[in-house]
Amino acid sequence: MSDAAAGGRWSRRLVLALLLAPALLWLLTLIILPHADLAVLSFRERVAPREYAPSLAQYRTFFGEPLYWHVFVRTAFMSAIATLVTLLLAFPIAWIIAKLARGRMSALLFVVCLIPFWVSETVRTLGWMILLRESGVLPAILVHLGLTAQPVELLYHDATILVGLVYTSLLFMVVPLVGSLESLDNSLIEAAYDLGAKGWSILRTIVIPHAAPGITAGCIVVFMLTLGNYLTPTLLGGKNSLWFTEQIYTQFITRFNWEQGAAFGFLLLALSTAMVWLGLKLSGQRFSDVMRRV
Amino acid sequence: MIPSLPRPAWLRAATGLYVGAFLVFLFLPLTVVAVFAFNNAPYPAPPWHGFTLDWFLGNEAEGRVGLFRDTELLGSIWTSCTVALWVTGLSVVVGTANAFLMEREKFPGKGVLSMLMLTPLVIPGVILGISILAFASRLADLCSDLFGFDADFLRPGLPLVVLGQFSYIVAIATLTISARLKRFDRSLEDAALNLGASHMAVLWNITLPYLRPAIIGSAAIAFLMSFENFNTTLMLVGSDAPLTIMMYGRMREGATPVLNAVSLFLMTASAVLALTLLRRGKSAQAS
Repeated sequence: MSDAAAGGRWSRRLVLALLLAPALLWLLTLIILPHADLAVLSFRERVAPREYAPSLAQYRTFFGEPLYWHVFVRTAFMSAIATLVTLLLAFPIAWIIAKLARGRMSALLFVVCLIPFWVSETVRTLGWMILLRESGVLPAILVHLGLTAQPVELLYHDATILVGLVYTSLLFMVVPLVGSLESLDNSLIEAAYDLGAKGWSILRTIVIPHAAPGITAGCIVVFMLTLGNYLTPTLLGGKNSLWFTEQIYTQFITRFNWEQGAAFGFLLLALSTAMVWLGLKLSGQRFSDVMRRV
Repeated sequence: MIPSLPRPAWLRAATGLYVGAFLVFLFLPLTVVAVFAFNNAPYPAPPWHGFTLDWFLGNEAEGRVGLFRDTELLGSIWTSCTVALWVTGLSVVVGTANAFLMEREKFPGKGVLSMLMLTPLVIPGVILGISILAFASRLADLCSDLFGFDADFLRPGLPLVVLGQFSYIVAIATLTISARLKRFDRSLEDAALNLGASHMAVLWNITLPYLRPAIIGSAAIAFLMSFENFNTTLMLVGSDAPLTIMMYGRMREGATPVLNAVSLFLMTASAVLALTLLRRGKSAQAS
C-alpha cells in the first residue's frame, strides 16, 4: 500500500515535471533570457573591435540627441491621441450593439464590425494608400466635386497616420466595450431617467463607472499596440512618420548598432509597461482580468 | 439611450447615420483593394480602365505578371503557410500543456508563473523580435567560439521567425484553452476513473474531446495571427520572406495591382475561415 502511494506520488511529480518543462522552456529561452540579454546589451559600449565596456553611453545618446527623444515623445503623444479617438469612435457603436440593436441585429452588427480585422493589417493599409495617395480615389473625388482644383496628396500627414492607427485599433476597443456594456442592467438607466436624470449625467454617473473596466482594458491594449506599430506609420506616414519603432529598426537592422537599438527597445518597453501599470492603478484592476477581457 | 426610454426622432436618425458612416469607414479600404484588383491599368489607382483578370492570370509575355504566375509571391505565401503551421502546432501543444499545468497542478511559484505567461502579450512585437534576435545571435556566436560549429538556425531566418511568433501566440492559446478547462466538470473524470478507466483513457476519451472547440479555435487564431504577423517577423526574417514582409517591400516601391489580387485572395481565405468558425461556434452552443 505504501509502495503504491509512493508510486502515485512519483507519477504525480513526473506529470508536474512534464507539464512544467515546456512552460519554463518557453518563458526562459524566449522571454526572460532574451530580455535580460537586451538589458545587458543596452548598458555597454564598444571600445574597440569586439571589445565592450559597461556604460550608459546609449542612454546618454538618446537624451543628448534631440531627434531621438523628440521622436519618442511624439510617438507616445500620437499613440495617446489615437487611443482617445478610437475610444470616442468605438463607444457609440459598442453602445448600439450592446443596448439599442436587438437579438439577431445586434449579433450581426457585432460580427460585421469584426470582419475587417480578420484581414491582415498589410491589406488594410494598402486600401488606405489606394484611397488617399495623390493619384488615389479620394483626391480624384475631391477634384470631381470641385472642392480642389488639383489632386491633393492625402498621404504622409500626421492625420493620415492617425486615421490608419485608429482604423487598426477599433476592434480592440469595441470588443471589451461591448462586453462591459452588456452587463449593465437597463433598469438602472430607467430608474435614473425616472428620477429626472438627463442623458449626460446618466452617462457620467452610471454608464462610465460601470464600463470603466472595459474602457481601461481597451485603452491599455490600443495604446500598447499603437506604440509598437511599425507598418501603419511607415507606410502611411512615409519619410515623415518619425515613429519610434522605426528608429529601433534603423539602429538594429540598417546600422547594425545593436547597443543603441537595445537601449531604444528598452525605453519603448519601459513606456509601454508604465502606461499599462498606470491604467491598471487608475482603474484598480488586476492585470490578469484585463488580459482576459480582450 | 435604451429602447425602453423615449428617444427623439433626431436621435434615432443620428444613430442610423452613425452606424452607416461607421460601416463605410470599416469597409471602404477593403472595397477599393478588391475593386482595383480587376482594373485594366498598371497601377491600382483611378480612373477605371475596364475589367481584366490580368492581375490574376497574366504572364510575362503580356507584360503583366498575375498572381498565379508570380513565383516570388506564391513562394512567399507558401513560406507564410509553413511558418504558420509550425507556430500553430507548437502553440496548441504547449498551450494545452500550460492549461493543464495552471488549472490542475499546485506548485510553489504558480502565481508568478501565471503572471509571466501573460507578459508576452504586453511586450511590443518589435521588442520581442529584437530581444530574440540578439539572444539567438549571442548563442550562435558562443556556439562557433566554443565548438567551432556554425548554428545557422540561430541566425535570422524562418526557424527564428517561428520561435518569435510562437513566443506570444502561445500565450493566447494558453488563455483560450485554460478558460475552457476551468469550466470542465471534474465529476465526469471521477466517474470514469471509478468505472475503471485509466488516466490516459480518461484524458483521451473525456477531457480532450471536451477541450476540442477551444483547441480548434485557438489553432485557427494562431494560424491567422502567425500569417498576419509583421512586427516580430520583420526583425527576425532572413532571405525567405513571408507574405506580409514581401507585400510591405513591394508597397514601399509602388506596387502593381497584383498586390490587390493577392489581398483579395487573403480576404476570401479569412472570410471563409471566419464563417466556418462562427458556424462551428453556433452549432457547439446549440448542442
